[in-house]
Formats: sequence, C-alpha cells, structure tokens
Amino acid sequence: MTGELDLLAELLKHSPALIVAIPLLGAFLTPLIGKINDKIRNGFAVFIVALTSFFAFLLANDILSNGSIRTYVFGGGSALTDGGFAVRILFEIDGMNAFMAIIASILALAGVIYSWSFMKENTGLDKYYTLILLMIAGMFGMILTGDMFNFFVFLEITSIAACALIAFRTNQGKAVDAGFKYIVISAIGALFILFAIAILYSQYNALNMAVLAREIQLTFLDKIALALLITGLAMKAGIVPMHMWLPDAYGRAPASVTLLLVGATQASLYGALRMTSTLYGKNIVGVIKHADFNLFSQVVFDITLNGVLGFIVILLAILTIFIGVLMALKETNFKRMIAFAAVAEIGYIILAIGSAFLAVSSIDSVTSSAVLSQPGYMALKGGIFHILNDALDIGLLFLVAGAIYYTTKETSLNKLGGLARNMKYTTIFFLIGLLAVAGMPPLNGFASKILIYESTYQVNPILSIIAILCSILLLAAFVKVFHSAFLGPKQEKFDNVKEAPKSMLVAMGILACIIIFIGLFPEYVLNNIVTPAADALVNFGNYIHAVDSNYVISLIGGF
Amino acid sequence: MSGMSRIVKTVTNITFPLVLIYGLYVIAHGHLTPGGGFQGGAVVASGLAMILVAYGSVWTMGKINEKHLSALESVGALGFIGLAFLGLIFGTWFFNNYLVGDEFLFGEIGKGLANINTAGVIPLMNFAVGLKVIAGLFAIVLVMAYATRLKEGK
Amino acid sequence: MIYQIPYIAVVALILIGLYAIIFRRNLIKMVIGITLIESGVNLFLITLAFRKESTAPIYHGTGSRLMSLPVPHALTLTSIVIGVAVTALMLTLVIHIYKHYKTLDARKIGMEGDEE
Repeated sequence: MTGELDLLAELLKHSPALIVAIPLLGAFLTPLIGKINDKIRNGFAVFIVALTSFFAFLLANDILSNGSIRTYVFGGGSALTDGGFAVRILFEIDGMNAFMAIIASILALAGVIYSWSFMKENTGLDKYYTLILLMIAGMFGMILTGDMFNFFVFLEITSIAACALIAFRTNQGKAVDAGFKYIVISAIGALFILFAIAILYSQYNALNMAVLAREIQLTFLDKIALALLITGLAMKAGIVPMHMWLPDAYGRAPASVTLLLVGATQASLYGALRMTSTLYGKNIVGVIKHADFNLFSQVVFDITLNGVLGFIVILLAILTIFIGVLMALKETNFKRMIAFAAVAEIGYIILAIGSAFLAVSSIDSVTSSAVLSQPGYMALKGGIFHILNDALDIGLLFLVAGAIYYTTKETSLNKLGGLARNMKYTTIFFLIGLLAVAGMPPLNGFASKILIYESTYQVNPILSIIAILCSILLLAAFVKVFHSAFLGPKQEKFDNVKEAPKSMLVAMGILACIIIFIGLFPEYVLNNIVTPAADALVNFGNYIHAVDSNYVISLIGGF
Repeated sequence: MSGMSRIVKTVTNITFPLVLIYGLYVIAHGHLTPGGGFQGGAVVASGLAMILVAYGSVWTMGKINEKHLSALESVGALGFIGLAFLGLIFGTWFFNNYLVGDEFLFGEIGKGLANINTAGVIPLMNFAVGLKVIAGLFAIVLVMAYATRLKEGK
Repeated sequence: MIYQIPYIAVVALILIGLYAIIFRRNLIKMVIGITLIESGVNLFLITLAFRKESTAPIYHGTGSRLMSLPVPHALTLTSIVIGVAVTALMLTLVIHIYKHYKTLDARKIGMEGDEE
C-alpha cells in the first residue's frame, strides 16, 4: 500500500515536467510509429493525450484541494542561488494554473478523439498528429510556466504549430491565406512580448516571474513594458482592434484544430491576466499621474494604474462584444458565425476582468494581496468562470459545425436545411450548445453570465444593459441558425446523409456532459475550482513566497 | 533547377568537406567555445545547400530520399528527449545533468583548459540537436527547391 | 553618444519593419518586414548585454577581465532559431498561395466568397 502511495507521490512531484514532456515525446515518436500502421498511430496519439490529461487532473486535484503552490525546478537544485539570483527555469503552479490546465486537457482530449474520424479522408496525417501533439505541449507549457522567456518560447511553439494546422488543407487557397494572416499577427505580437521581456531583464536582471514580481516598480520603462506585453497578448487573444485573423482562422481550419485554437486563445488571455495581476501586482494601485487643478475649488485626484487599465479594458470589451454580435448576425457561413460569437464571448470575459480592475482599492501589505470590493471580487470570479464555460460552449458549437461539414460538405447556411431528421444526436448537441452560449438556465452559461451581469451593474448600469442586450442578440442569431440548418423541410440532396461517426459523437458527448454537469451543480464548481483560481490571482504574495522563502507574508490570507 | 558549370562543381567538391568538418567541430566543442547544436547544424546545412545549388535539385533529390531525412530528424529529437527522461531516471529531476562528476563519459571536472571530456550530458544533447538541425534545415531547403522546380515544369 | 547608436538603430529597424508590414501589399515584402522587426529585437537583446570594455564571456585562463552578460546571448540565440522557423513557414505558405492564386498581391487573395 505504501508502495502505491509512494509512486503516486513521486508522479505528483514530477507531474509539471511530465505534462509538457509526454506530448513532446509522443510528437517525435509519431512519424516513426506512423510507418507501421495508421490505426496504431491514431490510438497512440489518443493514448498520449489521455496520459497527459491524467497527470493534469492529478496535479489539479492536489493543488485545488490543498491550496498550496508547487514549484518544479528543471535540472534539480534550488530555485534561488546563494546570491539570490534565479538562474534556473522553473514551473510554478497555483490555483489559476491548475484551472487553465483542466480546461486545456478537456479541450485536448475532445480534439484528438474527434479527429480520429474527422480527418480520415485527408492525407499526410502523420504530420497532422505530430503538429497536434506539439500544439498541446506548447499550450500546457504556456499555462504551467513560471519564467518569462519560457512563456515566450512556448507561445511561439503554439503559434507555429497552430499556423501549420490552420493551413492544413493546402488544396484550398483560402485556408492557406488564413494561416498566413495568423502567423503574421502572431509573430508581431510575440516580438512585442520579447521586447518587453528584454526591457524588464535589463532593469532587474531576472527572468523569473516571482522574482520580477518582487522587484518591479513603476518606472517609465516598466510602463512601456506593460503596454507592450498587454498589446502583444491582446493580439494573440483576438480583442478588437486586433481581431482580424480570428474569423478567417477559426472559420477555415478543420474543426478539431479550431477546438485547440480556442484553447490557445484562452491561454494567451491567461498570460495577460498573469502579467497584470501577479507581475505588476504590487503596483496595481500605483499612481501614474497626480493631477490637481482649480475648477471651482481645488480638485485633486490620482490617476492610478488599475483605473487606466480598467477603463481601457472595459472600453475594448464593449467594442468587442458589439462587433462580435453585429458581425455574427449578418454572416451566412456557419463556422464564421460561430467565430464571431467566440469574439463576443471573449468580450464578456474582458468586461468582467476590467470591472474587477476598477474595483481594486488598495494593496494589503500584510498579506501581499490586492483588496477588492465585494462586487469586484464577484466580477473576477465571474470572468474566470466564463473562461471555462466559453471554451466548452464554443468548442461544442464548432464540433457540431465540423460534423455537419463532414457529412454534407456544405458550409453555407443558405444551402443547409432539414437535417434534424437524419442527424438526431448532432441536433441535440447543437441545442445544448446554443442554450449554453445564450446563458439559459440550467446550463453553465447562465451561472457565469449572471455573475457578470450582477457585478458590472455595480460599476455602471449601462454596461450590464449592453451585456444583456447583446446576449439576447446572440440567442437570436443562433436560433436563426438552428432553424435554417436543422429544422425546415427536407431537401433531396441530403437524403442519404447519415449520422456523424462514433468518435465525433463521443467527443461532442464529453463536452455536452461537462456542460450539463456544470449547469446543474454550479455551486460545487464555483467553490472548489473557480474560487481558488481567483484567490491565487489576487494573492500575489503567495506566488512570490513559493520561490523566495524570505519574502515575508503573514499567515492570515484572504479577505 | 539544373546544376551550374563544371568550375563551380569542382570548387564545391573541394570546399564541402571543409565546411562539413568545420560544422562538426562547432557542434562538438559547443560546451567550450561559442557554438553548439544549432550553430554547427546551420553551418553543415549551408554546406549541403551549397551542394544543392551547384549540382541542381534534380540530381540531389535523386540521391537523397526525403523519408530518410524525416526519420533522421525524428531520431535526433528522440535522442534529446530521451536524454532528458534519462535525467529523470538516473538523476532525480527532469533534465538533470547526471553524468557530471561521474568519470564515465563526459564527466571530468577541470583538469586543464580545453578539456572536451567535461560537462556531462550537454555534449550529447549538442550532438542530438545538431543532427536534428542538419536534417531539418536541409529538408526545408530541399522541399522549397523541389516546389519551385515543379512550378517551372508545368 | 556613441553608446546610444545601437538603440537608435533598434527603433529604426522596428519602425521600418512595421511600415513594411502595414503599408506594403506584396507578400514577400511582408515577410521581409517581419524579419526586420526580429533583427531589431535581437539587436536590442545583444546591446543590453554589453558593458564598457568587456570581452566575450568565455574562460581562457589568462586572468579575469570584465565580461559581458551571457544570458542575453542565449536569449538571442533562441530568438534567432524561432525566427528561422517562422520565416521558413511563412515562405512555404507564400509558395502555396502563389501556386493557387498566381499573384502575390495581398489584396487579391483570400477573396473568394465564404458564403458561396
């Protein structure tokens, strides 16, 4: 019995490295195994992703139930050398990392199972599975790392693999064009991030996120670095005005690739959250400009960093929601419409995060955490919860669109119709996805959206009204799609359309079951999975303490 | 793409071994002098690209099978990841340098200035990365030359 | 003043690269623009490592001198490798686009309707 527990503890200790290393090993073994047999290669890829998901769930279970932070130094040794320099690359996993790891592993598992039969008619599948495993390794590396330059390297690995996968159908010119647009914007964003990392390194001689969080002050160069970091990561996350690549890339890629692209976009959003809340956490209420002028009396106020950030983020969020919903209403291509809905959902996440930024009032120097008002904390929890729900809902919708493309080879909504008789299960899955995206109870979209509505109402009632309106418009758009694609009279050319193959149904079933589970038990998910993540983002002192044990925080945490 | 004149081919015959030796030297001494896996691999790949330009893509593609290049690249990458996993098994951490201080393969410490026999796992990883870079960069150049030849042939 | 020239060169390279990406229509010129931005960022990384009157950070046993920082050299090397991969990928995509559309004008490609 102790032998088993020891093995489990050993695996848990090494799991951060194994989560990234096992997909890499699988990616390099796949061309050699693919020479033997095709089915063995597909099964091997699913096995590798299942093993990675097992380790990710093991790690997440440990982190979320204990509330502790794990670090893993590559190559052994301690995190800080004798002089206090952090020279080794380390992975640092707290509640937010564990939360994102759960999302990434669910998406990866569904994507690989789906592509077993979705990609059956394509050639060059050796390279496809290699690229999928590389992209999964890159996503997990981006999520788990605690080192800035390591984050940049994994970001580039994910972008390059994703671009090659978007342009996978090289016989279609528009897919290759979408891949080209994606890589141009990705490369520029990543180079901005590298520039910011170089500025931060030159000032503080450290690449480690925890050491940087300890040292950063708000000098002029640091503000430039923050602006570059946020711009670069916003380019990768598809926030207006840098969203041009998103409809093309999501709409023209194979459906399983789009699922993983959603994961990569969420990982970039996580990166932006980590940079602003933990890296600049000490200075989040730092004064940028102290203004006083005489209007009718002496008016003195401070322009703080969180005020500027919150204002800009909320402005961009409103623009994103508007543009996403309005463009989704007029689209007639199935996948492009869901892509615009994805843009709008990212706008909802950022709306909640921006409200949380505005609600930070001070820094508690005893516990080294930010002090939020109660609506701000609710907004933060709603935003983080919505990351999970958005990935699941939009992912399910994309898988349904892929299934329809696989069976009917049609992408335009004008030419589809009456498919509900032939494809019963797919219709049910689409109905679940539709209700979840629009925020209907008892599905998961309702739980996170009501948190966002309630908390943004406290900031400004107009924001809440806009959010509810656009949610209703999104529901209208999707009901139109449902009616035109699934209901309606039967068309002759779809007479012998069969149901989608089993592995695609299994993948869609996994996502649908998790959506229903979260919808029925939102309290459980909120208390056990989302609240530790929100706490981890707010308490940046714990993050620093895990690397530098001399950093003094008191043992009273929280609010 | 057809080859170039006889003078160019003769000069390439003489200079390619020099480039190859220089590239392998840069890979092998990566832990002592500037260089290492990627730099040396890029030098050797430049030499191979020189052969591609001098002799023409038709001749080169007849001599080298692209599947062998792909297999070689996979072997190089597997060597790198395998050494990292061996660090997990023999040392106690992933990527651990378990050959240092061992006197086994590359394990000596000190004992002179230009001692190649040092730094443990790092020269082995340099060889693996160098092999992968040679195969990878040459495959890129070869496939691009082949693609342009197809376009002209149409 | 002479120690500020590399920083001016970095800003100039990045601005020229951004200009090439935004305002030029030929796809190859866009690729060259990205290469220019990347060269600018690499130059920035190496310039940060320099200290006055320092040599390369290699031990050669003849007494110790001031050495420049070795970490940015490693970061630059990784960045160059990533740049090679991105450039190779972009050029391969340009070959495919040319084979399909017979033109390299960025405004004329990808325009086939998605609605069909």
